[in-house]
Amino acid sequence: MNAVDVAVRLSVFKTYKNFVGGKFPRSESGRVYEVSSAKGQWLANAPRSSRKDARDAVVAARKAFGGWSGATAYNRGQILYRVAEMLEGRREQYALEVAEAEGLSRGKAAAQVDAAIDRWVWYAGWTDKIAQVAGGANPVAGPYFNLSTPEPTGVVAVLAPQKSSLLGLVSVLAPVIATGNTAVVVTSEDRPLPALSLGEVLATSDVPGGTVNVLSGRTAEIAPTLAAHMDVNAIDLTGAPADLAAELEAAAADNLKRVLRPGADDWSADPGTARLTAFLETKTVWHPTGPLGAGGSSY
Amino acid sequence: MPPNKTAERLAADVTSSDSAFRRFLHGLPGVDPVGLEARAASLGTRSIKTTAKAYAIDLAISMIDLTTLEGSDTPGKVRSLCAKGINPDPLDRTTPRVAAICVYPDMAGVAAGALKGSGIKVASVATGFPAGRVSREVKIADTRDALAAGADEIDMVIDRGAFLAGRFLDVYEEIRAVKEAAGSARLKVIFETGELSTYDNIRRASWIGMLAGADFIKTSTGKVAVNATPANTLLMLEAVRDFREQTGVQVGVKPAGGIRTSKDAIKFLVLVNETAGEDWLSNHWFRFGASSLLNDLLMQRQKLSTGRYSGPDYVTVD
Repeated sequence: MNAVDVAVRLSVFKTYKNFVGGKFPRSESGRVYEVSSAKGQWLANAPRSSRKDARDAVVAARKAFGGWSGATAYNRGQILYRVAEMLEGRREQYALEVAEAEGLSRGKAAAQVDAAIDRWVWYAGWTDKIAQVAGGANPVAGPYFNLSTPEPTGVVAVLAPQKSSLLGLVSVLAPVIATGNTAVVVTSEDRPLPALSLGEVLATSDVPGGTVNVLSGRTAEIAPTLAAHMDVNAIDLTGAPADLAAELEAAAADNLKRVLRPGADDWSADPGTARLTAFLETKTVWHPTGPLGAGGSSY
Repeated sequence: MPPNKTAERLAADVTSSDSAFRRFLHGLPGVDPVGLEARAASLGTRSIKTTAKAYAIDLAISMIDLTTLEGSDTPGKVRSLCAKGINPDPLDRTTPRVAAICVYPDMAGVAAGALKGSGIKVASVATGFPAGRVSREVKIADTRDALAAGADEIDMVIDRGAFLAGRFLDVYEEIRAVKEAAGSARLKVIFETGELSTYDNIRRASWIGMLAGADFIKTSTGKVAVNATPANTLLMLEAVRDFREQTGVQVGVKPAGGIRTSKDAIKFLVLVNETAGEDWLSNHWFRFGASSLLNDLLMQRQKLSTGRYSGPDYVTVD
């Protein structure tokens, strides 16, 4: 045996790609940018998405909306729980990615991943309960049932938190899709890799293609397109840079988007239902309680 | 009847007998399918931006035969389609009108009433559309019916059964007969390219149609799996170019079915310009048979004028 036969294996690098319409395309522009670890070491090249990628993602999200919002709440819950199951099986990979992205110790990163998985389970449980909490029967002065039910808003653009690359992302994404919205997510600009990898989990969890679309790139480049897009119904500005947020909110006013302003979020705290109800509309129906004869209502 | 001596003489020459016609059609140069598709694909890569794009979008809108050919068509639906054709984008009055409204013969009267004074043509399919499996008498009667109801243009289907069985002269004579019945109305001849199985057949069908006096040759009905593709439209554009070179008679082309996006429409316009030439870049010589295409063109138009992406909420559902 000579030295050549002793295989020196070259490691296979992963090409990180966007997740749009259930597929993994590169940016339409062909651009990438360098992603470094918290210590400044090169990790990978991530797609630098353009406004056309944003447009394509919105088209995919709109196409998926009918099916996803029409699925039963129970079914959506099962699928979101499945996402948690898939993540659980890849804890090691995500712990490594989060550790590199955020400069955490392996132990702390693993804790973040566990919290992210638990957050999926939390929101999976809420899918078939939010209607009871956010909706209800209203008392009215007449022979009617008057019922309010929460309905998904539509396509929601989500600017993911810039710091918390996985737990923060899951905390803003899961509540959006739990209620039946579809999402276009712009990842953290400097820490996009865990989010791009999340696409792989979503693609294998029965989440219909287009329900979640993940784009990486410069937030300041993609966000204005999404904020002004007439076919986006709401925007979550959590990850918007402070100087851009007001401008985005103004652009969003053109088609009366729902806007969730950036706040001081603590991702480790109890999430509550605020993010679930932020992207819901209330539909109220009047329903006669019975035939109205000369003798009045039968009820 | 071809409106020109050269074309008439050519038609009389080659259609003197069944075998002479077959000899002529089989004598047409064979199509190189790989080359054809590669050419169509490479022309599809042109980048059309800014002012050129705005021009192309308006041109494409003005070339649309806005079509509804459903069993469920109602007078109300046809009227609302006509209203949309007259005023495609109510928020922007600079939007051009479409070229024609394309309906079934029994709806031609409704469309003619709704379009009165607008300058938009009423196109009616006829001759037992889409299959065309009825006798010649019925086809002629169908054509007359559409004309009587107010159609300005007739979209006929060829007898694909006869064509595929090799009875080319039958196909030719039938087009002549319908052309005669159509009189001064412009006649579009639909080949249903998706059923002709080879590119050579599409070239032969194009020549049959043009020799028989078609004013337009049209790819398909929109009712089969494969409709207008860049390749078959390119082939037909080459046919009309060659026909004009040989006879001096200009024939229009209408791809129909499956063209849904502005990008696709602009690709077709590039094909027209690069193959047949500028003379065909008007709605007198080139049309799109489409329905949902108009909405996408309108959304692109809104994007160009406002700078933000529009959505399907801002165009009509039809």
